Amino acid sequence: MATGRRYRGGLVDLRTGLISREIFVNEEIYAEELERVFTRAWLFVGHESQIPKPGDYFVSSMGEESAILCRDREERVHVFLNSCRHRGMKVCRYDEGNTPVFTCPYHGWSYAADGKLVGVPFFREAYHGKLDRSQLGLVEVAQLATYKGSVWATWDPNAPGFLEYLGEFRRYLDLTLDGWDGRDGGTEVLGGVQKWLIPCNWKFPAENFSGDSYHNISHRSVDMVGIGPSGSGRRDTRERLVARRLQICFPERGHQTGVYVLPKDQPTPPAYQQSPVVSEYFKHCEEERRRRRGEWGRVTGSPGEVFPNTALHPRQPRTFAVWHPRGPHQTEVWRWYLVDSDSPPEVKDFLRQYYIRYSGPAGLTEQDDMENWNYAHAASRGTIARRYPYTYEQGMGFEVENYEWDGLRLPGSVMDITEAKSSEHNLRNLYRRWAEFMDAESWNELATWRALAR
Amino acid sequence: MTDHSDDVAHLLLQQKIESFLYREAELLDERRYEEWLALLAEDVRYWMPMRRNVKFGELEREFTREGQDVNWFDEGKETLTRRVQQILTGVHWAEEPLSRICHMVSNVQILDVKPSASAPSEVTVKSRFLIYRNRVETETDILVGKREDVLHRIDGHWKLRRRKIVLDQNVLQVKNLTFFF
Repeated sequence: MATGRRYRGGLVDLRTGLISREIFVNEEIYAEELERVFTRAWLFVGHESQIPKPGDYFVSSMGEESAILCRDREERVHVFLNSCRHRGMKVCRYDEGNTPVFTCPYHGWSYAADGKLVGVPFFREAYHGKLDRSQLGLVEVAQLATYKGSVWATWDPNAPGFLEYLGEFRRYLDLTLDGWDGRDGGTEVLGGVQKWLIPCNWKFPAENFSGDSYHNISHRSVDMVGIGPSGSGRRDTRERLVARRLQICFPERGHQTGVYVLPKDQPTPPAYQQSPVVSEYFKHCEEERRRRRGEWGRVTGSPGEVFPNTALHPRQPRTFAVWHPRGPHQTEVWRWYLVDSDSPPEVKDFLRQYYIRYSGPAGLTEQDDMENWNYAHAASRGTIARRYPYTYEQGMGFEVENYEWDGLRLPGSVMDITEAKSSEHNLRNLYRRWAEFMDAESWNELATWRALAR
Repeated sequence: MTDHSDDVAHLLLQQKIESFLYREAELLDERRYEEWLALLAEDVRYWMPMRRNVKFGELEREFTREGQDVNWFDEGKETLTRRVQQILTGVHWAEEPLSRICHMVSNVQILDVKPSASAPSEVTVKSRFLIYRNRVETETDILVGKREDVLHRIDGHWKLRRRKIVLDQNVLQVKNLTFFF
């Protein structure tokens, strides 16, 4: 344990299931987590379908910082820190577009889409031709990965590659990135990324999407009025009525998700029945998925989280959300929505409308989450409040390794909550990994699976 | 003698349209949501695009597109009705306890009237809004922007048939949009 740090072991106590409020509200711990979590983990930055052509760019965010996702003339994808090497000005203040060069509006340094510094005003006169321009390109991420259209990056050259970072969680991430019919990839993002502010620490939404199966009362109003995918009724689909409901996490990786497993010989219950075209499309896709994926086709996803701050939702609505930290007391959410690229226009349009009325700041479901995160955070900041840790004790000791049901084995540490209704298994996993990042001095300590494999 | 009948018709129309907009704001601020819904045509379109920062010369890409992109709102009466029903459940925590909301409507400009100001059946009207929301104790939001409405005269009553809401923000500065514009 390094000295002089505000974070210390014991604030996250998984033996008792107690987690200190300090990790949510303390400003010094926040500064430490920016350094120890956000500069070392893999972060989601966008989707390739946002930058299809050379010169296309999308300005994203990594941790608190602005980052440019772009495609160079050779069609290679890059992610750069959006800050001029000369005096730090943002070289791009647009959200997206196409450009041959990023020209800094302060003193005019220009960078090509491959990051190279290609223009320095008065290079010969003011610098006497002596500036080493080859060393002053835009700061590029240490590693970048594109996976089935999604783009991820990390600032840490010693981090494991993205697929190793995912481990077997990859199969669950695929539920969001593969076509509904089970084909590899084939998803695209709809135009328009929702961006909004929530007055709470970023870990409130992160733990919620990690698998808070306990917050049904939050959404009571939306279930009463009914905005379900079939046009009315509960906000989700009926498969939950016949499926096993599981929480699955990867303790050594920090990723977690909810999952439904459908019975072996039972088709997926119908959904989206408001429109015949949409209903028919999903029926066809469900059958195709079972055919393509075999037993794995019985697995359907619910919310999950790639450590640390990327939420995924494979079904309703199909989305990625990133919880960008903006100080200890504020989160900026960015939400992308996905559809099958080659689905009929009616299907895309139906989903688009369903997504908007479900999620985001105007979403009938998510509105109530934001109120809860807002005031949970606010009421945890006080001197007295901080003395009382949150409890994460649901289901402790009931995890199952090598879980199998009806002929299907599922990778990961599994909690079957079909009868238990809820567990905090996945939430504990998020904080277990978070604490490891806060403790570890380098990736040598974090890649524990490598030692196990030896 | 000069004939002022055309001017008078325009003044009367301006007065009637302003009255409609003020009454609508009054119903919302007084939380008379069901009466507000009755002011909406059955086929109303309610659209609030998101706004991008784009380069000069590419301003056509500033707004997300109605009916194609993800927007803040892009919906009809059915979903708007659900929103009202949700507030009226009493367990919609984002509006429970209810927020204190004040709509200021100004700069009312009639852009188009069909077929004529003296016998109007469709009016396109632009206005500015300033919406103040205060909730619980000190939480306060101010949202400012423009609206472009199409009103239709149906069975002797004006009804809102289309509303485009242009909020003057990029990253939305409020945690949720539980109220109406």
